[in-house]
Amino acid sequence: MSIATATVPAQAGAVAPAPPGITKRRRRFQDNLTGHAFLIGAVLCFGLFMWFPMIRGIVMSFQRTRRGVTTWVGWDNYVRIIEDPSFWVAWKNTFYFTGLALVLGFVAPFFVAILLNEFRHAKGYLRILVYLPVMLPPASALYLFKYYAYDPGEAGLFNAILTFLHLPTSEWMQSPTMTMPAMVIASTWMNMGGAVLIYLAALQNIPGDLYEAAELDGAGLWKRIWHVTIPQTRLILALLAMMQIVATMQLFIEPLILANGAGTQDSATSVAYLIYQHGFFQNDLNGAAALGVIMLLVLAAFSAVYLRLSTKQD
Amino acid sequence: MSVPQYRKVAALALVAGLGFSLTACSTKGDDGGNDAAGKVTITVDCQPVAAQKELLDNWNADVKEFQNQNPDIVIKSISVGQQCNNPPDFTARLAGGTTTDVFYGYMTDLQQVLDSGQALDITPYVNKDTISTWDSVDPALKEVFTDGGKLYGVPVKNYSMGLVYNKTLFAKAGLDVDNPPKTWPEVREAAKKISAADKSVAGYAEYSAGNTGGWHFTSLLYSQGGRVLSEDGKKAAFNTAEGRQVLQNLKDMRYGDDSMGARQLLQWGDLLTNAAAGKVGMFIGAPDTTQAIVSQFKGKFEDWAVAPLPGQTDLAKGTLGGGEGYFFKKDLTKEQVEAGLKWIAYQKLTPGKGQFDYVRAKPQNYPVGLPQPLLFANGSEAQKQEFDLRKANANVPVENFALFETKQLPIVGEPRDAQAIYAILDSAMSGVLTDPNANVDTLLKTAEEKVNQLLAAGS
Repeated sequence: MSIATATVPAQAGAVAPAPPGITKRRRRFQDNLTGHAFLIGAVLCFGLFMWFPMIRGIVMSFQRTRRGVTTWVGWDNYVRIIEDPSFWVAWKNTFYFTGLALVLGFVAPFFVAILLNEFRHAKGYLRILVYLPVMLPPASALYLFKYYAYDPGEAGLFNAILTFLHLPTSEWMQSPTMTMPAMVIASTWMNMGGAVLIYLAALQNIPGDLYEAAELDGAGLWKRIWHVTIPQTRLILALLAMMQIVATMQLFIEPLILANGAGTQDSATSVAYLIYQHGFFQNDLNGAAALGVIMLLVLAAFSAVYLRLSTKQD
Repeated sequence: MSVPQYRKVAALALVAGLGFSLTACSTKGDDGGNDAAGKVTITVDCQPVAAQKELLDNWNADVKEFQNQNPDIVIKSISVGQQCNNPPDFTARLAGGTTTDVFYGYMTDLQQVLDSGQALDITPYVNKDTISTWDSVDPALKEVFTDGGKLYGVPVKNYSMGLVYNKTLFAKAGLDVDNPPKTWPEVREAAKKISAADKSVAGYAEYSAGNTGGWHFTSLLYSQGGRVLSEDGKKAAFNTAEGRQVLQNLKDMRYGDDSMGARQLLQWGDLLTNAAAGKVGMFIGAPDTTQAIVSQFKGKFEDWAVAPLPGQTDLAKGTLGGGEGYFFKKDLTKEQVEAGLKWIAYQKLTPGKGQFDYVRAKPQNYPVGLPQPLLFANGSEAQKQEFDLRKANANVPVENFALFETKQLPIVGEPRDAQAIYAILDSAMSGVLTDPNANVDTLLKTAEEKVNQLLAAGS
């Protein structure tokens, strides 16, 4: 069915006929009119809420507003942000969190998925159980950790368990050395469910005869994982690793709630939190924009790898 | 209609709908606040939230009465949360130009408001014709909202800090409730006794997160005679013997005596929640913190008393003072500014009305009889009226505030770029309260570098 059937016929003899190129363009435009109209919604949404703020942020990073007057300041905001004593601390903390999250938050869901895949009974219930924390609003989950699990006194859940096991207790979020591991534990618990489901789907696509062949060759559980499961899911593993790196580098809500911001002696300050600190507490929206652009460039590099991988998988 | 025509109609409807939606997103009309009937409309924020039922009822009653008295003015009230100025929200509203016509701010916010370009110079409008008690308002408070000889805000509340202490816990620890500590060494001794009497109680509690740590560091520093910034405001001035003494006192109490409790990184609500639960012996704060303890966190007025802020060898050499006020958004019409001033005069600056309607507040769950705010200058007519009304309608044990009220310490204002500096100083406070090996000198030096960098960037 063609939309062209609904176009108004040209009024014969009213005007001189248009050149063939223009008529063709006009007809093509009329043919696609409905499509363009429907596209406007998406373009407006993306334009208003994604592209415009992004471009505005980049522009702001080269400006300074004082007394309501905005001036161009070149690279000044970037220089100032890089000279901020918290700048490198924030990057160090962010990379540390990302690294720890890769060790714990990336490996744990994979093994949980393998475990769930092995179960013969109550699979559905177990999946729901694993996925449940994802349904909890992140702020609620983190407040649970803050007041229930990470209480530095003996009343805290983790300290009670450690005491029961006759192990030394921890001050958790109040200890500069435990701040990051504690945030990774909470973050992993909150977000693991989604990754587990993706891994499960990938695991169920592995042909069963591969495992049978491996078993016939005398492979044990670890060898089957190493020689069958991992090679068969490596693209999914790589994709999720990339997605996790990009997500964990935007670490924000964990320090905000668990550490009341910067944490003890800046031990929880992440790059995203530093942006927030500059923008909303230090009356420095331009500096925040500059740091945002720096973060965008770093994340873009990781995202490029992700895109390359996903293209490869396609 | 054929299917393609339906499609076109649907597409056109979609485009038109989007257009209307975007038009509807625009919040500002072009009527300059005046409607066809000649009424002036102004939007005002800091309306109490629903959870503050009595305060909200009082506000709404005030709006109704004000509009009856001024039929040509319409007040549109906006609530922006229980804490009217949550810094991130406030910054976002300023940056986006979405503040109300008359908007609430802290005394420390003047520079930020000016930088945002949202402030209106109200000097030509403010006088005793628009605010009848204006000549009685403390000149020091007017000065806080003045920049380059121009007035940008009207002060509506002020405070200064003292030592807030729990009389019940004092008695339990064998301390004299009528003779609270006057020096920091005495605070340390009392805190030790309170914690010894009940291990679950922090003898003395302190903030160290969410900018509140830096705020209290400033007050503690003033008590020692120190200052946060140099006189010209261009350099950090807290890396001194006084600054070291502040942090050392806290570190000694936290790790030397174990009298500050296990939970640290406390923010405003955290400490007051613990206090209301009877788990805090002493902390520094303004008298109105007792109001928050009672009305928000369900504590009891009779437990709490306030004394003057201690110093190192005698009472404090100075105490931090601050407060709040209302700014006026740029581009308001003359009529709107005058209407806004009239409203502030009615609700905030008239003894017997609005916030000073003590007859109305007396039976409610809000305190009457606290020694602050002290908006009116000593000896002024408005001060006398407000004072007499307060005494006549007091519903809290005023004797619990007598020590604070009778010993007036020199009030020192907050530093320039206060919120940004407080954020930096949080780190020094959290350092001594969470790390037994924290080096006081290093903490102060790091904070000093950061503040100097901040000041250099802002100049």
